[in-house]
Amino acid sequence: MTVWFVPRDAAARSMGADAVASALEARGETVVRNGSRGLLWMEPLVERAEERHGPRVGWSNMTAAQIEAGLPNEQSEQYVGRVEEIDYLARQNRWIYERVGITDPTDPDDYLAYGGLAGLKNALAMSGSEVVQAVTDSGLRGRGGAGFPAGIKWRTVADQPPAPHSGESQAAPAHKYICVNADEGDSGTFADRMLMEGDPFCLLEGMTIAAHAVGADRGLVYLRSEYPDAIATLQSAIWIAREQGWLGANILGSDLCFDVEIRVGAGSYVCGEETAMLESLEGRRGMVRAKPPLPAIKGLFGTPTVINNVLTIASVPSILARGAKAYAALGQNRSLGTQVFQLAGNIARGGIVETAFGISARELIEDFGGGTQSGRPLRAVQIGGPLGAYLSPEKLDVAMEYEALIEAGGMIGHGGVVLFDDTVNMAEQARFAMDFCVEESCGKCTPCRIGAVRGVETIDKIRAGQNVEANTELLRDLCDVMTHGSLCAMGGLTPNPVLSALNSFPEDFASTVIATG
Amino acid sequence: MSNARYPEWQPDTAQALIAPIAAAEPGPVLLCLQAVQAHFGYVPGDAIAMIASACNVSRADVHGVFTFYADLRDTPPPAVPVRLCAAEACQAVGARQLKADWSAACGDDAGLAALTGVDEPIFCLGNCALGPAALVGGELLGRADVSRLKAAVSCAQAAGEGS
Repeated sequence: MTVWFVPRDAAARSMGADAVASALEARGETVVRNGSRGLLWMEPLVERAEERHGPRVGWSNMTAAQIEAGLPNEQSEQYVGRVEEIDYLARQNRWIYERVGITDPTDPDDYLAYGGLAGLKNALAMSGSEVVQAVTDSGLRGRGGAGFPAGIKWRTVADQPPAPHSGESQAAPAHKYICVNADEGDSGTFADRMLMEGDPFCLLEGMTIAAHAVGADRGLVYLRSEYPDAIATLQSAIWIAREQGWLGANILGSDLCFDVEIRVGAGSYVCGEETAMLESLEGRRGMVRAKPPLPAIKGLFGTPTVINNVLTIASVPSILARGAKAYAALGQNRSLGTQVFQLAGNIARGGIVETAFGISARELIEDFGGGTQSGRPLRAVQIGGPLGAYLSPEKLDVAMEYEALIEAGGMIGHGGVVLFDDTVNMAEQARFAMDFCVEESCGKCTPCRIGAVRGVETIDKIRAGQNVEANTELLRDLCDVMTHGSLCAMGGLTPNPVLSALNSFPEDFASTVIATG
Repeated sequence: MSNARYPEWQPDTAQALIAPIAAAEPGPVLLCLQAVQAHFGYVPGDAIAMIASACNVSRADVHGVFTFYADLRDTPPPAVPVRLCAAEACQAVGARQLKADWSAACGDDAGLAALTGVDEPIFCLGNCALGPAALVGGELLGRADVSRLKAAVSCAQAAGEGS
């Protein structure tokens, strides 16, 4: 029986996927709402298979009006052929995203049919300590940006005894927590969102493996309020997983008891910083905590807590299923395995590219991304979110991995790559970086709270042509104070976009001087 | 302005929302604030005192949490809030121009302005490859321009009246 697939991903819905699905159903067709393949410039990408799990062909950028006029056929200009054979997809190496776009995200049978739970079953046959060792051997590092080895973090938590909530008596129930950071606030990143909307069971399976590894009994996903679809899909997945016995008591017949809840954020970027996230989860203002104590030792409510990004945790099921060795064979130097790169901004072919670390930024931007969407010359690329550096086009041969990007004055962050064409004014972008810090600073430390305000003022003075040389020196000095004096990455990394704009694109700071005389 | 999507403020209902959270959850303050806002669309001043009492913390503590988070508001929301993404990936495809165009459209049409409220910038909706992105009545819109925004507002308005 012919089955049509129309993504339910928010990005596809933002381009009219719901109306397309309704139009197909109105014609009496069978429609499955899958996740998005991540070829976002094609959305809504409608696929057709002759049987539920058969090979699929697709049509890009479909509209409801087109469906109402007639079912798409192979002669259509929008026909893209066999979807798996599209170059953009075929050249990827999908581990975390192995099921995204293929399955119905909340169908447990689909999850099992495409390899779900293989990792958890393998993990449950091992001791917790052996699982930690496997994660260590895989070389998996934190995908939130800091790149801390996941296995070492897990070992630290595993070595701690569970603890009662702080303020409670020692006789109170003791816990360890798995907290997933799904506060994906970086502009240009959407891989957490698409994973949670496209394969939420994968995240839950990863959390369950982590719980077994470190001896945790409770899991929380801190999910930003800007992602209503992800919240709804993950919540459905949690309910279904409980029904299936994938969460709760004696998971898959083992001794493991573990459950997951969602906590929704409230519109604060800094709550993506792990200690601010803990404060927010405890119901307070999202003020950054000083470390130590490490969250692994005294984290949520004073208990030992694993805090990992969505992509870090979602890497774990496939590592346990396919083997740490196979994972560690990918990538290069100290950046092993795959990374989910997100191509965004002014880009012709934006979307998800999961591939081994080490691919060059140029290959991502030109071969996958197809350059700018506007067709104008590329001027700047911001890698790693609002706190990442702006790179000029001649620097794009840099390998996309943790250390190489740091050497190039950037950072990989959460894997976002944002393109700007030659209409961008880099002084304006530098000002925005400071202004964003003004908006989002938690206010705990002075370099960030006050420095960002002074940064905006100083950039305005430079752009207005006031004492340009002295104010530029002042701005550099201020950036130095923020870099070295801030409590967390918010203030500490805001100078990245500012200084990279100033150093690589000084003419944009000067041009306004000429314009204002 | 009144908002058909949310019920009028009702202290007893608020109390019934707050009490179970305060009793069951460790660190309940933010959860209580969110529950009140989810139900009524905003957090009236009366709710702050109620939450403080239920959670056994000071009103200043609750007020501090309330004022920290951009999502939490002390006035009812517009009927169809329009929020434009103001972050970098959308800036790269004309978000600044869209903001100016949308302000102009609302300036020309007082009804539209009242319906959609003052655009409060939002930083990243996770639709960074299909910008400029906007949230219209809670629904994500990609490749936003003024005409697409207006169409989405009409659509959300019709859905709101239909329910």
